[in-house]
Amino acid sequence: MPDHATLIALLRLMLRIRFFEERLKRFYDYHGYFALSTPTEEAQSADELLTCVSYEFASEGMIGGAVHLSIGQEAVPVGVCSNLNADDAVLSTHRSHGHFIAKGGDVKAALAELMGRATGCSRGCGGSMHLFDPERTFLGGNGIVGGGIPIALGPAFAARYRGTDQVSVAFLGDGAANQGTFHESLNLAALWKLPVLFVCENNLYANVTPYALAFPTPDIARRAHGYGVPGATVDGQDVLAVREAAGEAVARARASEGPTLIEARTYRYEGHCGVAAGHQNPEECAVWRERDPIELFEAKLLEVGVLTSDGCRHLREQVLEEIDQAEEFAKDSPFPEPTALPGL
Amino acid sequence: MRELSYAAAMGEALREEMERDETVFLIGEDIGSVREADDLFAEFRRRRVWQTPISESGFTGLAVGAAVVGLRPVVEIMYCDFVTVAMDQICNQAAKLTLMSGGRVRVPLVLRTPAGCGTREGAHHSGSLEAWFAHTPGLKVVMPSTPYDAKGLLKSAVRDDDPVVYIQHRLLHARTEQVPEAEWLVPIGQAAVRREGTDLTLIAWSYALVKALAAAEALEDEVSVEVVDPRTLVPLDLDTILASVHRTGRLLVVHEAPGRGGVGSEIVRRVAEAGLDLLKAPPRVLGGADIPMPYSPPLEDACIPQVADIIRAARDIVR
Repeated sequence: MPDHATLIALLRLMLRIRFFEERLKRFYDYHGYFALSTPTEEAQSADELLTCVSYEFASEGMIGGAVHLSIGQEAVPVGVCSNLNADDAVLSTHRSHGHFIAKGGDVKAALAELMGRATGCSRGCGGSMHLFDPERTFLGGNGIVGGGIPIALGPAFAARYRGTDQVSVAFLGDGAANQGTFHESLNLAALWKLPVLFVCENNLYANVTPYALAFPTPDIARRAHGYGVPGATVDGQDVLAVREAAGEAVARARASEGPTLIEARTYRYEGHCGVAAGHQNPEECAVWRERDPIELFEAKLLEVGVLTSDGCRHLREQVLEEIDQAEEFAKDSPFPEPTALPGL
Repeated sequence: MRELSYAAAMGEALREEMERDETVFLIGEDIGSVREADDLFAEFRRRRVWQTPISESGFTGLAVGAAVVGLRPVVEIMYCDFVTVAMDQICNQAAKLTLMSGGRVRVPLVLRTPAGCGTREGAHHSGSLEAWFAHTPGLKVVMPSTPYDAKGLLKSAVRDDDPVVYIQHRLLHARTEQVPEAEWLVPIGQAAVRREGTDLTLIAWSYALVKALAAAEALEDEVSVEVVDPRTLVPLDLDTILASVHRTGRLLVVHEAPGRGGVGSEIVRRVAEAGLDLLKAPPRVLGGADIPMPYSPPLEDACIPQVADIIRAARDIVR
């Protein structure tokens, strides 16, 4: 078992992801965000019709676009990233909030980004799928399924090229394991013994397509064996199990022993995108909720005496307060000026 | 001065940039045999020259990620047609990361690829896809026509902080010219007037420039043709083009890529928007045929603008 401070830090990060994404539900309205700009009364001339405008959102702080929640999957990014340093790279997916936060990303900058503000981590240019934090080598979510996997080879290659010991993590969903880039990248990483972790978050649905309709085999992990790469499944609801599996893979990578594929079995409670009703069978969802990664971990920490129920409540309050502050920060932040765009 | 071929010029550019900057590396398929010709493989093998499996998406993506963390990859794609296999990594990833991150990451990557037809290789090995790249915001596109530019533009591309697509032409590889001994760069975004004239501005790049110059020479006694080589298609040096059209009042653009939706149309659009009143006659684009490239020599030749076609078009415009 890691030390107490580490255990509490893991729980705090999982709560931060959970509360952050729960908060998004208040502001997410795929249709409402299509608010059109309307000229304000200050617009006196035809020229000013373009510059003196306001946006009529249904509520302040609206979030638009496609927002992919990972509620229920928090143990995977937290367990994996707890093994990483700031200069280890992470390439994420369309479902990226958890990866960003687990890598140490600032929730204020993330929420401001989702609200399209100038203070966002991508200055309002990216949105939910394109969170960036280069200082922590978080090199972006990705709107193309499987698009980030080969990019993750780059920082690993660069570490080898420079003779340094950073590792690189490619997060992917089960859907991306059927993209060519997954196979090309496994082969290249194995061939050149690149320090890469391929972390497949198998939440059993690729968009709305269930696993059985997309895979002829019972697991994804064994695909690694065809490339001479260790591949194993891990309980994605157990943050310590994920941490341990990823820790071994990171150690192998740093020792120049090459890549590893980890398939973390997990489940998302929400639909593929936004907060519309999920496509999942409610009974299936209920079964997975019984093994909620946060509740499981809290129970464990209570059981071993790392945490008291008061301490647990206090921790939750602290994290909620962070999210409140992030909301306030994001709403108070200005929208970016179009003149800041290159080429305009 | 000394004689240098287009192919050797690119090899020199790579060698000089690799010697100058430790972060520059080469990656691509069969690169060993290609780079044996200029000894780069023998000298830099293992650390600086990476011969890959046939996985265009995989190694292009690797290069994108390496560029983001500060290396300067030069990706070699064996044929321009093969870029389609890596198009997501080029057009969605390399081209967009800088904007999507609000400018917080840069992608200093060069994607080199030989394009062009006239080599009897059929429809999967004859494409010149500059219009696709020119249409993709976030990419710069250069297409050198001479050994001097092949070297100078490649060196500039390696030093650029944005992704640059560098399209060479196989039929130019063996052509030589006199070049200086000392180092030179050719700035990205600067056109060159290859021949001065007063009746017609003829714009062409890559191997089409060779034909354009031949046509201009053949027309010498009847039409005074000014030949402009943009060298860089994105960003386009519109000033040089407009200045030429201002002198001649007539415009003909020639390229091997299909005319429909091509860069020629874009140049005509830009000229029309900025200086329609400069034109004394309707502008014209002489592009390749709007069909996939056939194999047999007479069929292929019929699909590519030839010197005679250029002469005919020039006469039509000036008449």
